[in-house]
Amino acid sequence: MQPTSHAFPENARAELGNETLQRALGLARTGFPLRRQQAIERLPEFEALREEGRAIKDHTLAHLDFYLELYERKVIEAGGQVHWARNAEEARAAVLGICRSVAAKTVTKGKSMVAEEIALNDYLEANGITPIETDLGEYIIQLRHEPPSHIIAPAIHLMKEQVADTFRAAHTDLDPTRVLDEPRTLCDEARTVLRPHFLDADVGITGANFLVAETGSSIIVTNEGNGDLTQTLPRVHIVITSIEKVVPTLEDTATLLRLLARSATGQEFSSYTTLSTGPRQPGDLDGPEQYHVVLLDNGRTGLLGGEFQDMLRCLRCSACLNHCPVYAAVGGHAYGWVYPGPMGAVLTPALVGVGEAGHLPNASTFCGKCESVCPVKIPLPKMMRHWREREFAERLAPPVYRSGLRLWAWLAQLYHALAETAGRVLGWAGQGRGRFRALPLAAGWTRVRDLPAPEGRSFQSLGAERQRRAGAGR
Amino acid sequence: MTARDDILGGIRRALKRGPLAGKAATALAERVGAHRRNLVPARAAALDHAGRVELFVQMAEEVQTTVARVAAEAEVPREVARYLAAENLPAELVMAPDPALDAIPWEARPLLQIRRGRAGPGDAVSLAPCLAAVAETGTLMLVSGPDTPTTLNFLPDTQIVVLRAGQVVAAYEDGWDLVRGLPTMPRTVNFITGPSRTGDIEQRIQLGAHGPRRLHILLIEDRGAEAEHAPAAA
Repeated sequence: MQPTSHAFPENARAELGNETLQRALGLARTGFPLRRQQAIERLPEFEALREEGRAIKDHTLAHLDFYLELYERKVIEAGGQVHWARNAEEARAAVLGICRSVAAKTVTKGKSMVAEEIALNDYLEANGITPIETDLGEYIIQLRHEPPSHIIAPAIHLMKEQVADTFRAAHTDLDPTRVLDEPRTLCDEARTVLRPHFLDADVGITGANFLVAETGSSIIVTNEGNGDLTQTLPRVHIVITSIEKVVPTLEDTATLLRLLARSATGQEFSSYTTLSTGPRQPGDLDGPEQYHVVLLDNGRTGLLGGEFQDMLRCLRCSACLNHCPVYAAVGGHAYGWVYPGPMGAVLTPALVGVGEAGHLPNASTFCGKCESVCPVKIPLPKMMRHWREREFAERLAPPVYRSGLRLWAWLAQLYHALAETAGRVLGWAGQGRGRFRALPLAAGWTRVRDLPAPEGRSFQSLGAERQRRAGAGR
Repeated sequence: MTARDDILGGIRRALKRGPLAGKAATALAERVGAHRRNLVPARAAALDHAGRVELFVQMAEEVQTTVARVAAEAEVPREVARYLAAENLPAELVMAPDPALDAIPWEARPLLQIRRGRAGPGDAVSLAPCLAAVAETGTLMLVSGPDTPTTLNFLPDTQIVVLRAGQVVAAYEDGWDLVRGLPTMPRTVNFITGPSRTGDIEQRIQLGAHGPRRLHILLIEDRGAEAEHAPAAA
């Protein structure tokens, strides 16, 4: 999708006045954080697991080339194929090539943020292939031609009445007078409508939460079971994923899985965690005949080895969105691209450019909640500050903002100089008594009480001197 | 330059080094080969086997899995018939073509219609064995294979799984060890924790989004087998 992150201030203002959105966000504000809190209180090891999760991801990123090559070798050994893609265009072309090789007309899709990132659906449609989203939330927003507003609950901005309207408009062969007033009936209708698509699709496309180097497996974590039907029934399974999803071993994956569901939905474990390794094997009665992995970079290597590397640890759990006061106020669409909330505020400038997305790292209260709930301890506020600095250095901030900051800095320096001088003068003059009965220009103070004399040095200059001494003595 | 070379080259440039070789590469290969366990929560690991079975049942029931305990394999057909009748379901099911399930005395229930094979769109109820059950979160572990097609786990509205008490393990890591013990890595390993669900509309949880609406476990308590599954060293 074409980013509209540059319009964040206008988008945000509009969303604040959107009553339906505000009602929907109200449900999200309490639900997710409460359930997460309850889940982690039941697991005394949660903090220790966060530390281990961070270490596993850091280790993998420091040896990313090694683990990707091992992963690729294992996929091939299991009978699968790996397609490397530098950018969105190459990834889309790889998917289309596979679809065309089997003359695919329809593809079913499990939820994938990487597929959103490369705008896969539009591309497939433009090339005569019908993509059908099968995750309930994704299906709803596909019918509405909207992008997801949350990375794990894509239709979180909608209330059930809007979903009912959407279904009535799309499912025109059903009785128009049917009752659609409860999530239950809406869910059942989607189940009934989508079932034949699962059975008829030529290709199934899923994302991956993790890639296991040790075994060449891809892992999806879902609750609905749509991802499993998507990857089991068609002749071809394509995994669209990105390079930072790789993890060394199954044991490392277990640690990250313990963090993921609890941080995301507050579940102990999602309903379905599925490991897929290659195509169906001799004697198997079901499963795809072909297994492909499209491995996307799209700017991620650019984050390695620099101030944004920590972002590559992200598990896409959404805890930072769910706890963010800014996200809770404006929702996901205001962010103008695929990844909203604090993780989006850091990732989006990296993937679409700080010129387009410079507003996002500024859309923060710096309350620090995102970092404190992140299962792999990504220092999100610090990285938002890095983007602000870079935005300033690249002269991307508006001129008024820049000159305002410069004026502020000049005033602060002026204040320091004046305060330092006044302090020294008063300190020298008040040496004897340690206080002043009267002072010119300060009668308002000294009429009823004395003014204690300053020590003569400011706290900042004493601090600076102490640091200098400590540095010299080392 | 291929995309592959370009991406791997970019990673190495960013990490300010060339391809890993010699000692560094050996150390990483050894890390993978050893696949050492990280911290395993005490919740299940600290329990004896009987405690793990109880924890498994408790955690499974928390996520709307139903569990029926039977004393021995011979009681399975009667319990299956009872469950289907109680849920108002026809006495028909598709069963994994698994020799261990075939050994169950199904002939005791001649009215129960059983088809062996993969699930199709018309199948309302499936019955399958599992590889293990993980006590820590009430999670079943099923693997694909010629005797255990994956469609059984997702297409029917009702999924019945036969579990022997001796198959209950503490943690996911114990399950990985069992997978590594199989002749080949199966195409699919399914961790299943309760029936299918969604909270995508107003965050109100609905069961049966696309997969099974019901997950029923037949827990065979066969007490004689417990000794060989004494708590594994963590």
